[in-house]
Amino acid sequence: MSAHALILAGLDGDRTWRLQDYVARGGYAALKKIVAEKTPPDAIIAELKASGLRGRGGAGFPTGLKWSFMPRAFPGDKYLACNSDEGEPGTFKDRDILRYNPHAVIEGMIIGAWAMGCTRGYNYIHGEIFEIYRRFEEALAEARAAGLLGRNILGSDFSFELFAHHGYGAYICGEETALLESIEGKKGQPRFKPPFPASFGIYGKPTTINNTETFASVPFILGMGGEAFLNLGKPNNGGTKIFSISGHVNRPGNYELNLGTPFAELLELAGGIRGGRKLKAVIPGGSSSPVLPANIIMDCTLDYDAISKAGSMLGSGAVIVMDESTCMVKALERLSYFYHEESCGQCTPCREGTGWLYRVVHRIEHGLGRPGDVDLLKSVAGNIMGRTICALGDAAAMPVQGFVKHFGDEFAYHIEHKQCLVPRGVQDAGSQIYVSPSC
Amino acid sequence: MILTPETLQEFDREIAKYPAGEQRSAVMACLALAQRELGWLSPETIEFVANYLGMAPIAAWEVASFYNMYDLAPVGRHKITVCTNLPCALSGGVHAAEYLKKKLGIGFDETTPDGKFTLKEGECMGACGDAPVLLHNNHRMCSFMTKERIDQLLAELEKQ
Ligand SMILES: Cc1cc2nc3c(=O)[nH]c(=O)nc-3n(C[C@H](O)[C@H](O)[C@H](O)COP(=O)(O)O)c2cc1C
Ligand code: SF4
Ligand code: FES
Repeated sequence: MSAHALILAGLDGDRTWRLQDYVARGGYAALKKIVAEKTPPDAIIAELKASGLRGRGGAGFPTGLKWSFMPRAFPGDKYLACNSDEGEPGTFKDRDILRYNPHAVIEGMIIGAWAMGCTRGYNYIHGEIFEIYRRFEEALAEARAAGLLGRNILGSDFSFELFAHHGYGAYICGEETALLESIEGKKGQPRFKPPFPASFGIYGKPTTINNTETFASVPFILGMGGEAFLNLGKPNNGGTKIFSISGHVNRPGNYELNLGTPFAELLELAGGIRGGRKLKAVIPGGSSSPVLPANIIMDCTLDYDAISKAGSMLGSGAVIVMDESTCMVKALERLSYFYHEESCGQCTPCREGTGWLYRVVHRIEHGLGRPGDVDLLKSVAGNIMGRTICALGDAAAMPVQGFVKHFGDEFAYHIEHKQCLVPRGVQDAGSQIYVSPSC
Repeated sequence: MILTPETLQEFDREIAKYPAGEQRSAVMACLALAQRELGWLSPETIEFVANYLGMAPIAAWEVASFYNMYDLAPVGRHKITVCTNLPCALSGGVHAAEYLKKKLGIGFDETTPDGKFTLKEGECMGACGDAPVLLHNNHRMCSFMTKERIDQLLAELEKQ
């Protein structure tokens, strides 16, 4: 972890997740100040806008703006949902936030509820992290017992109830409207938008959904001021961001860095490439972001604008590193399998298209590729893009486009020679993707 | 009654998380609790949960069949789900899965003849930095699963 850390700062002991420890780190000071001073919602939203905070769940939408969409004078319940359904391959930051600093998320949600007039909230927690779901429930109990949650928070007339909802294994529930359906006790199938959740969310009530890391940033922003947070990063890319780095590095893990930090610095923090091999490519923002070859990523800074200029996305901040021993066809084959598996099946282009993409990459990988297959991949991916209810369709198409664009020669070689461009021995020594020769 | 009073108490605790009249929201949690007690979800169990929540059995069935962690057929006493998605694969996820297959003598979606172990292939568990990772009976995540650690885990489970 870095010197600039906010959310991950000071998390060294084994009780950092306890209320008492959080308070000792300055936790709940922002909330207490807001309640004592009766800070108007507009002032909080203005502070968030000044901070340049953008959603940390993948899309990077400005949080202050999102919060301003909630209707003011709505009679009855308004909802807040936290998206901890972290399932985008490569992403494992929200788990650590909940594991080591859950009260930052709770405080951020309470402040959000105050600013948007929400009465109830749910944190939707990824199915596979049951132990962390349990811990979060304990943290909620601590907050309730301390008068920070529930009726008349800190003796004021402001009330907000917050609960944890445990997922049970469906990547698509990370999509915000699928998440709403799931909370309602249904299959996680995304809804058509509009209507947007701010007008029709959980049980048809106005709802705002943010990622875990987004909520966890809020107390820090109000503590230090929006401008100070913004200045940690760069214009339009305020603050710090947690990068989950995985793959062929010596020290995979979470590193919280100021937005705008050079990629090379993150790679160094993660101990560089394993076995002294050379960097080949990086998927910079979770499996759905287009892959970037070494020469491009090594010149990038890690922020929304720079990565998007380089032709990819900062996404969830999940940095997947691949060294020179990696077969790019094999890598794409596994990702395409994933999207096909996880498509909810509602839209034809996604349901059929993801299967088609997988089958074509699979046959190229297994020496059965046909001349024309690369063009076929491009055309199928292009026909999914923008033609589906939710962004999973795009998420499946973008990796294909990225891999084919930058590593088209490997696909062509596979098709022509029925084998890998990367020699077998090199792969066995390094990439670990294979167990037995099958390429 | 097919579930213990303790489990039903947990049902009620889950139902209380949602507004009055929206108890259907607790269906995921109740199905998970029922599976924890009974090992898998039979049609009768799903119907029981649906009736408890006042929802149509078919609606509960839709939920049970949509989410991957519900088992709609019996599984071994120990269900082991290994993540083989790309980030894990780059750090030995597939090796871990192959090793398990060899040691247990079964493939994915199979159960050992003694009914002790079932092996499943999983997708990203949000723990890619700890690869190889696997999940034991949906609830316990095991990290950095080298061959030695897999041996240890299997020996421990074998005794249970
Ligand atoms: C297929 C799919 C999966 C997603 N998975 C997640 C996820 O695991 N966590 C998350 O926060 N956002 C995820 N998102 C993005 C959410 O839809 C939504 O944009 C986000 O939760 C909003 O929060 P933010 O503005 O704070 O980022 C996913 C989107 C799609 C299309
Ligand atoms: S794009 Fe895919 S996952 Fe999204 S709603 Fe359509 S079929 Fe479902
Ligand atoms: S890819 Fe295996 S836990 Fe994420």
